[in-house]
Amino acid sequence: MSTKPSDERRKKGAYIVIECPEKIPCDPCVDACPQGAISIPGSMIELPEIDYEKCTGCLVCIPRCPGLAIFVIDETPEDHSIVYIPYEMLPRPKKGDTAIGLDHVGKERCEVKITKVLDSRKFDRCAIVGFSVPKDLADEIRFIKFK
Amino acid sequence: MNSSAKNQKPRSQKNIQNFSSSKLPNFDICVVGGGPAGLEAGIVAKELGANIIIIDDNPVLGGQLIKQTHKFFGSKAHYCGVRGIDIAKILTDMVDELKIDILDNATVVGYYDDDTLGILRKDKLFQIKAKTYIFAAGASENMLVFENSDLPGVYGAGAVQTMMNVYGVVPGRRALVIGSGNIGLIVPYQLLQSGVEVAAIIEILDKVGGYYVHAAKIKRAGVPIYLKHTIIKAKGKDCVEAAVITQVGDKFECLEGTEKTIECDMILIAIGLSPLCELLYQAGCRIDYVPELGGNVPYHNESMMTSKSHIFVCGDLACIEEASTAMLEGKIAGAKAYEALYGENKKSKEIVEQANKELSMIRSSPFEQRILSGKEKLKA
Amino acid sequence: MDGYITEHPILEFKRGKKVKFCFEDKEIEGYEGLPIAAALHAAGIKVLSISERYSRPRGFFCAVGKCSSCLMEVDGNPNVMVCMEPLRQGIKVRKQKGKGQKQ
Repeated sequence: MSTKPSDERRKKGAYIVIECPEKIPCDPCVDACPQGAISIPGSMIELPEIDYEKCTGCLVCIPRCPGLAIFVIDETPEDHSIVYIPYEMLPRPKKGDTAIGLDHVGKERCEVKITKVLDSRKFDRCAIVGFSVPKDLADEIRFIKFK
Repeated sequence: MNSSAKNQKPRSQKNIQNFSSSKLPNFDICVVGGGPAGLEAGIVAKELGANIIIIDDNPVLGGQLIKQTHKFFGSKAHYCGVRGIDIAKILTDMVDELKIDILDNATVVGYYDDDTLGILRKDKLFQIKAKTYIFAAGASENMLVFENSDLPGVYGAGAVQTMMNVYGVVPGRRALVIGSGNIGLIVPYQLLQSGVEVAAIIEILDKVGGYYVHAAKIKRAGVPIYLKHTIIKAKGKDCVEAAVITQVGDKFECLEGTEKTIECDMILIAIGLSPLCELLYQAGCRIDYVPELGGNVPYHNESMMTSKSHIFVCGDLACIEEASTAMLEGKIAGAKAYEALYGENKKSKEIVEQANKELSMIRSSPFEQRILSGKEKLKA
Repeated sequence: MDGYITEHPILEFKRGKKVKFCFEDKEIEGYEGLPIAAALHAAGIKVLSISERYSRPRGFFCAVGKCSSCLMEVDGNPNVMVCMEPLRQGIKVRKQKGKGQKQ
């Protein structure tokens, strides 16, 4: 799975996480980053690499991954972290909504509060949804559902 | 119908008038099948200058692309990151722009001794003769036999995808999916998008067959994937009401005492596809049994030429793979069919080289090793 | 008519006009141009035919005109592949029994 940035970098601001562990022929993430922080060395079946010094946590790469495997984590808030996910379901959540946070295997882990929803036309029907999670669950919560 | 399919215009009018005369129109190349492979083959051949026609049995072109709502993998040069439905639009727009002759709603029902095709369209039989044929008829979904597997509610996974994504109809409320290849992983995700519950995906092997990222999408949404499981029966009187699944041992034997009943009104079979090579049999092409490529497949060389020098194949009919590789093989088949008639030129050479380059890049993925070994077997 | 998807995150559905047709003497509404099988399933009807030897219920399997699991009698004609045949106003659709009978 993707490497983690240094502690120092994590304190500085949001950073991306790419959960793409298999060599599949795919490369749009490279073009998706306006900062050039994502690269695929060699052939396009290789795994993406992240330059955390270039990544600004700007979120625009999230809806560009065909595998919906790019997330952004922001650990800067003091008492919680924010996880941003690609979201292709209806109804779209609204800022301020509460939802249930699900982990990688769909287990209900915590209550989350929606902090941001970006649903622009250029994201091609895939919204970016940000929500607050307890600090220790930032690496685990990857989806949300509503009661 | 979904709007991208519905917006396609009927294309056959001109052709139908031509075919009602007793004289058969002649074409350089006739492409059978208007899916990703056939359309790319037709586009390439037409661009190179051949007189071509594409025959398809659906009212709209695009084959199975018209139900693929997810974004495709592949290379930037080849629609990577574009949804299948939108690739269908790009290809059909090119077909219209090039003014390629289309015969839609038309089923090819026979390949005759004099190298003509028999075509059934709305209760009327036509014949077409071409110098060269490209078959891109695709594949059909495999069935699985278990107790009550003939009950309504046991559907091909692709069939439900068609009902839901093309026609906007959900044929059930809660699904069980058999098989965890990419189709078995993508369709349940699309069911969730349509508001249908998915009880589980079951897989007889000890690992998921499709891509990690597809499995991850459905797992985090709360759908369990039961490995080393199979279905033993469907329950229900007139329609499926539940399924009984069981764990299997190392020799795929059902383990007694592990049976579990799962409430569902749909059982989706996603265990693979078989190439539709009936017409190729009829044409006398050599057919080989190569499990890696999907079972009985027409022999073809690197030029996508079959054992008959005027018949080419591409797409799922040649080997069960992905839409992205089907399109690339379609390009090769289109260019090579053109070259068979008019000889090689700079442009046709370039098309083939570029497509081969992309194919070998895609096929360097560990997921494609099966296809490569299957293609090796064909050569032997 | 509650089998129709009304809202979808990716797709938009454009449907033809609503028409009435007959299934086994019962009047049903559906959208013109959709395959008959889609209209029947939207109305909750899944049994399309009765098998010849053991009289078992049958539904569609492939939905793309390949498998012949969905053959029905339409306006007296047996063996119509209803996963492909478009719905029209006033047609009479019946469950096919076995090989069906031309009326």
